[in-house]
Amino acid sequence: MGRHMRYSGLKVFTEGLFGNKGWKPAWRTPAPKPEYDAIIIGGGGHGLSTAYYLAKNHGLRNIAVLEKGYLGGGNVGRNTTIVRANYFLPGNSEFYSHSLKLWENLESELNYNVMHSQRGQLILAHSDGQRDALARRGNAIVNQGDDAELWSLDQVRDFAPYLDYEQTRFPIYGGLMQWRAGTARHDAVAWGYARGADRFGVDLIQNCEVTGIDIQNGRVTGVQTTRGPIKAKKVGMVVAGRSSQVAAMAGMRLPIESHVLQAFVTEGLKPVIDSVISFGMGHFYISQSDKGGLVFGGDLDFYASYAARGNLPMLEHVMEAAMTLMPMIGRAKILRGWGGIMDMTPDGSPIIDKTPVEGLFVDAGWNYGGFKATPASGWCMAHLMATGESHEVARRFRLDRFRTGHVIDEEGTGSQHNLH
Amino acid sequence: MRIPCPLCGPRDRREFTYYGSDDYLNRPSPDAGEAAWDDHLHLRANPAGETHDLWYHEAGCAQWLRVHRNTVSHEIYGAELVAGRKGDAQ
Ligand SMILES: Cc1cc2nc3c(=O)[nH]c(=O)nc-3n(C[C@H](O)[C@H](O)[C@H](O)COP(=O)(O)OP(=O)(O)OC[C@H]3O[C@@H](n4cnc5c(N)ncnc54)[C@H](O)[C@@H]3O)c2cc1C
Ligand SMILES: [Zn+2]
Repeated sequence: MGRHMRYSGLKVFTEGLFGNKGWKPAWRTPAPKPEYDAIIIGGGGHGLSTAYYLAKNHGLRNIAVLEKGYLGGGNVGRNTTIVRANYFLPGNSEFYSHSLKLWENLESELNYNVMHSQRGQLILAHSDGQRDALARRGNAIVNQGDDAELWSLDQVRDFAPYLDYEQTRFPIYGGLMQWRAGTARHDAVAWGYARGADRFGVDLIQNCEVTGIDIQNGRVTGVQTTRGPIKAKKVGMVVAGRSSQVAAMAGMRLPIESHVLQAFVTEGLKPVIDSVISFGMGHFYISQSDKGGLVFGGDLDFYASYAARGNLPMLEHVMEAAMTLMPMIGRAKILRGWGGIMDMTPDGSPIIDKTPVEGLFVDAGWNYGGFKATPASGWCMAHLMATGESHEVARRFRLDRFRTGHVIDEEGTGSQHNLH
Repeated sequence: MRIPCPLCGPRDRREFTYYGSDDYLNRPSPDAGEAAWDDHLHLRANPAGETHDLWYHEAGCAQWLRVHRNTVSHEIYGAELVAGRKGDAQ
């Protein structure tokens, strides 16, 4: 692997001595070949990690990732970067547990600084019922082999003295802390997997939109793109919010409705919020980036949308939740707000499965929790594409589970896409 | 975003509760089978562009509307009462 540069502290130091002239592009910019063994549609976090693990774990070498824009320009570069493994239901529990273990080794695996920071996530309870539910969830998390601590009001107060403990409408009763949860630098995750995949010879092809899927006698034979037709016997659709459009090219209707989710960041401030904090009375979660900005988000705008920008009512709602939980935030100035397109399923859980078309696979339905899934999603999708069998920790993420009734409805809100 | 309610006139999006695609209006018969019900409840065309979906005018006339709008530009072309549609049971 002679042409590949290993990153290290020493390298940064020596490059600094010689005017930083020795750095090379982190990946190649190849033209598409006429045929590959496997094609991944979508160069977001999940598409790149799928390509990486197809090469690394399964020895495939002749792989392309086709991205219609630029690598990491989708949701992987638009999220609030929360990484955690505190799910309750079988299916999600073992999958996110596996994902967190992969996160914990990701930087040495990729030789890339993804700034994964296990600063903890504190979920707050605002009633006896909520506290009981958190205790139950905590026990499930401990049983799955991950960490959770049930905190009293005093423990929460010691840890986060700036929350509003005086207000009577949503009093704080305690919380559930997962120390191994935290955040990561979202772009770096995409870049790290891209560079890693490139090292194994994966062709990363940008500005290449897939416009058709070729199928003969029920088997996939390749794709049509804005850069010409490309053949492959195995094709993975890994396009998050655009899943319905790409699946429609293969004549499929997916159990997905796309919605917009917004997020916001303030000007850079001195360190003030140590961990991720999630409000229990309304959808609001916040952390502080390493640059100092307070990064936070709330709920979907609630109507189907591909606009990648939101509307003012949800912005107002998020700011109200922020002011209710931590009035000090009113002193900070919002720098930016943005939106991403979420692939919402009727139970809030994802899909990693075969399709009725032989050789065509789907990885979709990440709702608004797919960043933390990036390593395990790629791991399991690669396993499925290479072996034809579902990986053990993703075997419940079936495409037909809504029809068969094997739903994984973490929030228990029923089969309406926007309620998860 | 403003939705032109046929009874109340143009109203702020905040007065409405969103349900989903107007697929919900084509309810299969109880014995239509799993595939038809799966299609009705879960599977969606999910178009990027023009769509028809259902909104409840909760803070207004309490009517269900079928709204014609664009999921990319957020433009709203019009809205009709679900209850007034031809051939509708209610
Ligand atoms: C505001 C916001 C906050 C979020 N917060 C969190 C969080 O805190 N924690 C968490 O775990 N998750 C979070 N998420 C969710 C997470 O970001 C997504 O679930 C995840 O990134 C989706 O997978 P991806 O990275 O592969 O998607 P994307 O990065 O969207 O990748 C899909 C790619 O497919 C490409 N594509 C689409 N159509 C085609 C085509 N026809 N041909 C070629 N390429 C195509 C797109 O251009 C895109 O680059 C958040 C999302 C948003 C928007
Ligand atoms: Zn009305």
